[in-house]
Amino acid sequence: MGTLLRLATAGSVDDGKSTLVGRLLYDSKSVLADQFDAVERVSRDRGLEQADLALLTDGLRSEREQGITIDVAYRYFATAERSFILADCPGHVQYTRNTVTGASTADVVVLLVDVRKGLQEQTRRHLAVASLLRVPHVVVVVNKIDLVDFDGATYDRVSAEVNASATALGLSDVITIPVSALAGDNVVNRSERTPWYDGPSFLEVLETLSPAGEPQSEPLRFPVQLVIRPQQAAGERFRDYRGYAGQIASGLVRVGDPVTVLPSGRTSTVAGIDTADGELQEAYSPQSVTLRLTDDVDVSRGDQIVTSRSVPAVTQDVEGTVAWLSDRELRAGTKVLLKHGTSTVQAMVKQVGGRLDLDAAELQPADTLGLNDIGHVTLRLAAPIAAEEYLHSRATGAFLLIDAHDGATLAAGMVGDALLATAAV
Amino acid sequence: MTTVEQRRLTHLQWLESESIHIIREVVAEFERPVLLFSGGKDSVVMLHLAVKAFWPMPVPFPVLHVDTGHNFPEVLAFRDATVERLGLRLEVASVQDYLDDGRLRERADGTRNPLQTQPLLDAIEGHKFDAVFGGGRRDEEKARAKERIFSLRDEFGQWDPRNQRPELWNLYNGRHTPGQHVRVFPISNWTELDVWQYIGAEKIELPSLYYAHDREVFERDGMLLSVGEFAQPKDGETVSTRTVRYRTVGDMSCTGAVDSPAVTVQDVIAEVAATRVTERGATRADDRISEAAMEDRKKEGYF
Repeated sequence: MGTLLRLATAGSVDDGKSTLVGRLLYDSKSVLADQFDAVERVSRDRGLEQADLALLTDGLRSEREQGITIDVAYRYFATAERSFILADCPGHVQYTRNTVTGASTADVVVLLVDVRKGLQEQTRRHLAVASLLRVPHVVVVVNKIDLVDFDGATYDRVSAEVNASATALGLSDVITIPVSALAGDNVVNRSERTPWYDGPSFLEVLETLSPAGEPQSEPLRFPVQLVIRPQQAAGERFRDYRGYAGQIASGLVRVGDPVTVLPSGRTSTVAGIDTADGELQEAYSPQSVTLRLTDDVDVSRGDQIVTSRSVPAVTQDVEGTVAWLSDRELRAGTKVLLKHGTSTVQAMVKQVGGRLDLDAAELQPADTLGLNDIGHVTLRLAAPIAAEEYLHSRATGAFLLIDAHDGATLAAGMVGDALLATAAV
Repeated sequence: MTTVEQRRLTHLQWLESESIHIIREVVAEFERPVLLFSGGKDSVVMLHLAVKAFWPMPVPFPVLHVDTGHNFPEVLAFRDATVERLGLRLEVASVQDYLDDGRLRERADGTRNPLQTQPLLDAIEGHKFDAVFGGGRRDEEKARAKERIFSLRDEFGQWDPRNQRPELWNLYNGRHTPGQHVRVFPISNWTELDVWQYIGAEKIELPSLYYAHDREVFERDGMLLSVGEFAQPKDGETVSTRTVRYRTVGDMSCTGAVDSPAVTVQDVIAEVAATRVTERGATRADDRISEAAMEDRKKEGYF
């Protein structure tokens, strides 16, 4: 059985993203006959000669009516090598928040560029999002290569443009591929019409990239979700059972490991690693397990159990980078809720430190942030959290800002100055 | 020298871990969760994951069955046996009760699937459930592909697909105001094949009709319907005994069987892996009504 890879696709309007996804699903035989029949029928009704594969992914009525993708759609396909979860993110400017959403869980961001148009403002924005969210891999599909008669020089020019922009945004190892999503060149099978390109097809690339996270080289971080305490409910054997349930956010844990509970700072030792399938000697991210400790220390939801060999600092003052996802404005003095791991605390915005100008790839002075802005904020929290730089820990450096009144998700946050890290490289 | 061991979960282990994390988050953050349990394979897998999430504690919430009154008897028996075995509290919201006292009326086409919405919403309101686990999967249908894992519903149980909360990392936002509730889909990221592979790997028991058996059926709109109380052949529809199995179980009057020789889990996995037609396309008459049938039902508060 193979591993799993999570992708997020993004692109500008009309650069053929839905067509690429449709093509990938169709050519990897993940589209079933009745789905394809429906697409053919609708395409015919619209007077199209060929089946419009974009119709496979546009699920909502208003999307089909307007011929655009509005919301993130999740697609699933598998090859003999591995399984894929694909978050198909809309390209319109007003839907950039969806790209942030898709990228937050992705191992790979796939960007589309129309070879005739080259690098667009929206492409730069998506590259910046991929960099900011520390997505491990970026693949740029240079699409519609058939419309420039499979001209290698045109592709080389666009590819160089993409690479220059990516480098300026701190992204290394961006992979570019010349593709015709419509005709299928280099999507699943290598094309004979691009003899000047000797690299792998898009699907071949996806099959060989490594998923995020190397448990053996990362420190243990275990946000406690809840305390498992059956008392009388599970019989005599478990009367005194007390375990801490959670999903390992990073690293690995072994029975006997010295651990520290945060924010209290109390130390203990791992007495057992339990699952419903039996006890384990070792567990690693992203496994869901229940830990028992040798000491009766006070541990509850919102706490983190971390390796005592590397203990992050706890703080009530957080400097962070936020992608603002709401049409309400963010300004100094705003009170919000901050959700980090399994802990939710009140937070006050002390200062808005600037807004990222994507063209200049630098921070511009600003007092407020609006929808789709990416900026720098200083927050004061009502209780301490173990905040780690997102740059070093994608799993424990992320947070949400939430409207305390109506519960709306306002921002995707990353601890630390992700912007400077982006621009400085 | 020892080689560095690669530590990577298989895709099934990954999916299981994600689902357990989601189920635990709900129990930690909500007051009164409930799990929708029909005895169908997706709800059976979801309940199995809940059992694993809290071991050795019993599952800390009740289950709710929205009963169309058009059930396969073996599925009802399976439901009751499962609830008994796990010591769960079962709540039933009965469509039949609503038909009997006139709150709902039978549809012209006889299907009761769309009629489930009101009893479901009333049960949520009556019991003050604030989180409702559903076994919906994003691979099932185009509108479901756009659903969040935590999906907020307003006072009327409505889903607003254009105004969904962004869902970032694995930080789920379940905040809601009184009257609102959250639908939670812990197996959103599973495919039909994943579900079957997991049933095989975990040796999970299912109602017998998921496996090949001989049954009296007749063909309607390209589907094989079981002859019985809830579906009778009309003129020109001939009855025959065929070896079939069900890919989904629902309202007997509109859930079709498929010809299949698959007797074991491994047979079914091989069959699902090779199939050329989606689960719903093969077996659900009500989803063929229009391109947006599911989207419209979901907006009104359906599963």
